[in-house]
Amino acid sequence: MNTTIMLFLLQDGITNGAIYALLGLALVLVFAVTRVILIPQGEFVTYGALSYAMLATGQVPGTAKLAVAMGLVAFGLDLFFARKSLHARLVARAVAVDIVFPLAVCLLTYALAGPKTPIAVNIALALLIVAAIGLFLYRIAFQPIAHTSVLVLLIASVGCHLALQGLGLVFFGAEGLRGPALSNVALAAGSLRFTGQSLAVYGLTVAFIIALWLFFGYSLTGKALRATAVNRLGARLVGIRTTLSGQIAFLLASLIGAISGILIVPITTLYYDTGFLIGLKGFIAAIIGGLVSYPLTAVAAILVGVVEAFSSFYASNFKEVIVFTLILPVLVLRSLAAPAVEEEKD
Amino acid sequence: MTQRLPLIIFALVMALIPLVPGIPPFWIVLLDNIGLAALVAMGLVLLTGVGGLTSFGQAAFCGFGAYTTAVLTTAYGVSPWLTLPLSLLVSGIAAVLLGIVTVRLSGHYLPLGTIAWGIALFYLFSKLEFLGRNDGISGIPPLAIGSFKMLSPGAIYYAIWIAVLISAVLTLNLLDSRTGRAIRALRRGHIAAEAFGVQTPRAKLLVFIYAAVLAGLSGWLYAHFQRAANPTPFGPQAGIEYLFIAVVGGAGYVWGAVLGAGIVVILKEVLQSYLPYIFGGQSQLETIVFGILLVMLLQLAPSGVWPWLMARLPLKAARKTPDTSLTLPARERAPTTSAVLLQLDKARKQFGGVTAVNDVSFDVKAREIVALIGPNGAGKSTTFNLITGVLTATSGAISVLGRKVENAPPQEVVKLGVARTFQHVKLVPDMTVLENVAIGAHLRGASGAVASMFRLDRADEARLLAEAARQIERVGLTDQIDQLAGSLSLGQQRIVEIARALCVDPMLLLLDEPAAGLRHMEKQRLAALLRQLRDGGMSVLLVEHDMGFVMDLADRIVVLDFGTKIAEGTPEAIKKNPEVIKAYLGAAA
Repeated sequence: MNTTIMLFLLQDGITNGAIYALLGLALVLVFAVTRVILIPQGEFVTYGALSYAMLATGQVPGTAKLAVAMGLVAFGLDLFFARKSLHARLVARAVAVDIVFPLAVCLLTYALAGPKTPIAVNIALALLIVAAIGLFLYRIAFQPIAHTSVLVLLIASVGCHLALQGLGLVFFGAEGLRGPALSNVALAAGSLRFTGQSLAVYGLTVAFIIALWLFFGYSLTGKALRATAVNRLGARLVGIRTTLSGQIAFLLASLIGAISGILIVPITTLYYDTGFLIGLKGFIAAIIGGLVSYPLTAVAAILVGVVEAFSSFYASNFKEVIVFTLILPVLVLRSLAAPAVEEEKD
Repeated sequence: MTQRLPLIIFALVMALIPLVPGIPPFWIVLLDNIGLAALVAMGLVLLTGVGGLTSFGQAAFCGFGAYTTAVLTTAYGVSPWLTLPLSLLVSGIAAVLLGIVTVRLSGHYLPLGTIAWGIALFYLFSKLEFLGRNDGISGIPPLAIGSFKMLSPGAIYYAIWIAVLISAVLTLNLLDSRTGRAIRALRRGHIAAEAFGVQTPRAKLLVFIYAAVLAGLSGWLYAHFQRAANPTPFGPQAGIEYLFIAVVGGAGYVWGAVLGAGIVVILKEVLQSYLPYIFGGQSQLETIVFGILLVMLLQLAPSGVWPWLMARLPLKAARKTPDTSLTLPARERAPTTSAVLLQLDKARKQFGGVTAVNDVSFDVKAREIVALIGPNGAGKSTTFNLITGVLTATSGAISVLGRKVENAPPQEVVKLGVARTFQHVKLVPDMTVLENVAIGAHLRGASGAVASMFRLDRADEARLLAEAARQIERVGLTDQIDQLAGSLSLGQQRIVEIARALCVDPMLLLLDEPAAGLRHMEKQRLAALLRQLRDGGMSVLLVEHDMGFVMDLADRIVVLDFGTKIAEGTPEAIKKNPEVIKAYLGAAA
């Protein structure tokens, strides 16, 4: 085996793995707080990436309008569910979050979009749009059924995935898009070339892992989110607003998804339906990490990325087979090691 | 017979539909597709709705069924009828291999695991040379009886719907049996089922294989219906859709699978053909609307359409009245060598640094009621779990009838005649009292899954239900025998647990706080029952906080405090014991 090839594959794998790690982290986060297995995570990736890519060409992506529409539905739901105890503060909050926020983002997008808009502005706009969509997605689809079983939530999650993927085709068309690189810096180390893009991927992944660790370990909100995950009723009894926890989790997940999308769209062409497979590879990492541990998920994600890179070199036909079979030995180990825990379901 | 009538009507209606003059052939194709989907969904009803094991990978098992017949009929010229058993066998073997890995997974690992291998198999189908890669295999011969070839959708219609009806009847039979009760108990956790001898991993593997074989059957029919097989219909999207169907129809209801298949297939068709007219030629609009409708449906009826529909129809479930004259042979008793039934010798259980049970020794003799008391957190329930094999002791010895049981699983302990109830009631709330109690007699029946599917278990089943009904009568709940266990008061549910334990035909009954939640009269009745059981030769070990109840009833009392035995003796002696008074009331300053 050639060392250079090996190093290249390793580098490629680590870059992909870092993206999977980000997605895996988001999945763990959402599952821990809301018990939702977030299949539409892949759509957050494509929405972020393709909104950014469209903004870069000076067009306004349809996702901006979707955010406004979803905000209106969320506003209706907010008022409907609070109809017996409406008061001014509640309505004002609903107006601010559900209507003013997405409308402002949408108008800002129209005002700023243009061929000469700086990359940083485009990124910020894409992130804001996707964050709004993520927030409202929880409000509309999951908050009303937050008390139901994991299975019902999972099916609802699949429903969201289908709807969002279909909308993705409407917004972005069937053609793939690529976005401009975040930076054109390149470093050479021996035979390896590090682009600014891949350095940004590494940096942001590490930053997110540390940020999440700090957030959940040390901030009051983070602890409240963890409390919600362990026991919804108990969390409510001590005054934690569990619906807010869910919204925060989705907000974070959609942001992470959009960032991952923006990070990879300069490297590979993304299509409206690419997100599903990328998201699933994040899943593999999350499962290996046991859906609870952030560091373990990150390590597993790197492993998935490296295995993918090597198998696409040696057995490109069976690349997906190998990556998705990777999970089986892990599941076997888990099932052998896991103690018989009594689960009280439903 | 009342249950069969709707079935016969349904079968007749389905048989007559293709004969209606002027029915568009396209409707028949739709009905074919509904039948194919219903078969897979039916397996999922058993697996997911009843057994609590969510699988996204069922489409892959359809693939095994379809590709098996595709390869054998095209490359080797085997007759389609000969490939049917082989298709089912291949799906079943695949299920055994994947199932051994998968069903042990708990909770959410399971659905995620199935997504992963579902996708892996999909890519495998589309990359393997002998399966024709992405193009698949075409030119599969049609099913034929003699010279009659089932070429048209109307011809294979009968093959498909006969398969659906037979599968539905077999599935319903299976659920209404000894094995079925064990499967239905799975979703509520293992401990209760295992305490009555159910081998839960085996029961899980069984439903996994059953669901896979139904999917394989659907795949086999699909291959001969389309006369071609390619990877697309066996991919992750299809697997997700089958799960939809089951959930939309009502996961947990066999007919829900058929109804759900109807709803989803027709809805998709309607959306695909009419949406473009309404909104212009936008592609994929149907997926968007489909996804949104699905989310809305789940918000309105989270348990599915079938139970929602049934609640609005004036139909009543047929009442089962077991013939209590039938008797079940007594449990095989191990030869008794001593008068000591249960002996704990320095039993110890540590959880990390906490010693929950600290070298506790005591025994229970024949025909004796022993009470285990102590303040909350004294280790009483942990002691019960050590005796019944739910937990393994860190050290020390526990023996039942002189046999060491400290490492035995719960299923072995119950075979020795040790039956128990639980502090936190563990009944299956959506099963009737009779069915719940019959789980207790699990080990006293012998019929397996196949026998019950073909109703060869009826004699055995009648005896089991008769025994359950007798025990229910004994505890005085005959009026509630047909009610769902979840609808009873907590006190009554505890009594149901006692009836279930009595079904074991035990020699030692372990009762964890049986009187909690009972009213005064009910407690007196319970005490009378326990005395009667003792006089009949049974021993009872009970944990209880109601001191009046305990002091009246127990022959001997063992007191635990912080995991350590602090006293043992007759009720009179315990009442005066200074250590016990200190533990309960604190020391005088």
